[in-house]
Amino acid sequence: MSKKDKIAKKNSAKIKPGRLARREAITGLLFVTPWIIGACIFLAYTMGTSFWYALNNIRMTPMGKKFTYVGTGNFTQILLADVDFTPQLIEYVTSTVLSVPIIVVFALIIAMLLNGPIKCKGFFRLIFFLPVIVVSGPVMGMLADQGAASISTIDTQAITAAISGFLPEAVATAISELFGSMITVLWYSGVQILIFLSALQKIDSSMYEAAQMDGGSGWECFWKITLPTVKPMILLNVIYTIVFISGNEQNNIITLIKNSMFSGTKEKGYGYASAMAWLYSVVVVLIVVIFAVLLMARKDVYERQVKKAKKEMKKEARMVKKIERRGIRNAKKIEKARKKRKYSTYDGSGDY
Amino acid sequence: MFGSKEKEGFLKQLLVYALLICIGFIYLYPILYMTSSSMMNLDDLLDSSINWIPSSLNLENYAVAAGSMDFWKSLGMSIIIAGVPTLLNVASCAVVGYGLGRFDFPGKKLIMGIIIFSFILPSQVTMIPTYVLYNDLGILGTLWSFVLPSLLAQGINSSIFILIFYQFFKQVPKVLIEAAQIDGAGYFKSFVRISLPSAGPAILTVFLFSFVWYWNESYLTQMYVSGVMTESGWTTLVVQLNKFAANFADYAQTGASSATTINESINMAGTMLSILPVLILYFVLQRYFVESIDRVGITGE
Repeated sequence: MSKKDKIAKKNSAKIKPGRLARREAITGLLFVTPWIIGACIFLAYTMGTSFWYALNNIRMTPMGKKFTYVGTGNFTQILLADVDFTPQLIEYVTSTVLSVPIIVVFALIIAMLLNGPIKCKGFFRLIFFLPVIVVSGPVMGMLADQGAASISTIDTQAITAAISGFLPEAVATAISELFGSMITVLWYSGVQILIFLSALQKIDSSMYEAAQMDGGSGWECFWKITLPTVKPMILLNVIYTIVFISGNEQNNIITLIKNSMFSGTKEKGYGYASAMAWLYSVVVVLIVVIFAVLLMARKDVYERQVKKAKKEMKKEARMVKKIERRGIRNAKKIEKARKKRKYSTYDGSGDY
Repeated sequence: MFGSKEKEGFLKQLLVYALLICIGFIYLYPILYMTSSSMMNLDDLLDSSINWIPSSLNLENYAVAAGSMDFWKSLGMSIIIAGVPTLLNVASCAVVGYGLGRFDFPGKKLIMGIIIFSFILPSQVTMIPTYVLYNDLGILGTLWSFVLPSLLAQGINSSIFILIFYQFFKQVPKVLIEAAQIDGAGYFKSFVRISLPSAGPAILTVFLFSFVWYWNESYLTQMYVSGVMTESGWTTLVVQLNKFAANFADYAQTGASSATTINESINMAGTMLSILPVLILYFVLQRYFVESIDRVGITGE
């Protein structure tokens, strides 16, 4: 296998990509062209401009936009002088960090329940996919205002009192708020259930049978088969959840950004809002990165073994190459020596 | 021994169903709440002995809410605002996803990376320059400001759709396309004739998601299409719901309704009206939807 691969690699390195391959590459690029143009306009250009805006104070005058370069002035203004932004951001971070694991775990549980052998599967699916359809900013806002987003029987006060005994005040209130908006949190897990469900359905059932044959319990099956298989989906879901929460209209920061964008005051406006958006985005991306690192850091035993084996194989291949090279060198040396001494040495055959 | 195992199974089943029903109730709770309280009249609301079931079936709230939301006009506009970009989104994302899934070319990994990055990046960063750009192009407050990005595969959550199509087209056997090419089909023709018809489930999934997301988007709709400072005439049900109280006050002043102050029931009726169309769409399409989810498998990287 490895030898074949090596040969293939050698050949592909030598042969230039043929006309067909080149034509396919060009066609592929042609298909992607709309996206490339779009990315240039709506991603690269806007991001660059947004960054430039963030460094400026922009005032709308009848003559058009008036730029005044202020450097990092907007950022310091936001972080030091804005009474809304920093508390909102802290609230956003704590609520996201707390609710993401809950949403993902909850989604996994529901997906597993739905994947199991149950009656009225269609009916339950119909209900559980409802949030995918219904959840939207104003609707959730209305429901939250009317108190339909929390089950009144859960007494928030008691929970706060219970938790604040051994946790700092800020975390305790965040957690109790989480309980207060439990339905909202659960309602955000629609797409995540879908993603988990489609991953669960791809697991070969013979794997579970084999595990059961070997005496594995359901609990063990979950940890050893289900979880490793859906692991990439966990990361995907975490990212999706963070993105969803950060773009949801229930999130106060994006409303804040919009309001300061259209605010008529002197120091606010486009530049100020851009700086705010940049700060916010950095925080969002950081949260995503932290979660991704946390989830990817714990490689399981199998993966570690595979990595080790791959390393070993590479080492071996290097050794083989080294020996090969040495062999060639030696052969050359011998050849040279033989040429040199072709007629001068006695090779024992008897004729001179 | 066999019996005990079966018994255990029964208990477990009971637990599973109990869990399912409990969680299902949590999911249904807001909708049940909405339905019941939207039908209450003022007396029912104030009466503390009435919790769930209104004393009489009262559809007046719906009439008031529909009136203040300008229901039929908003509904038509919602369908256009959600529908047109969705169709374009499906088309452009299918093309891009096919290009990424079927062909190999240098820089493909980079493009995938940028797609994922653009998904993670909050839209607020690019929002302000985009707003200025639309303003300069003179398409602010028109449907074009939604059409243009979706035409270039940059609409709402387009990254996800590209990844869905990418995943799907990667699974289409290459042999099939090669056979078509041997029979004389060009690259484009083999895409339209061979790959696209087999992508039905993916198309349906993307269509439904895109439609719902555009329907539910109020932040960007308000920003680009219906206008923040000035009204452009475009509006959607969700946008109307967002400024429901103000709308209601306007409507009440015209004297068209008997209710003069907004109450919970009217609010809930308005909310119900704004989600009813997608709810109906979902109930109609849900069989295909669930099926296609099974077939496509929304799986990114």
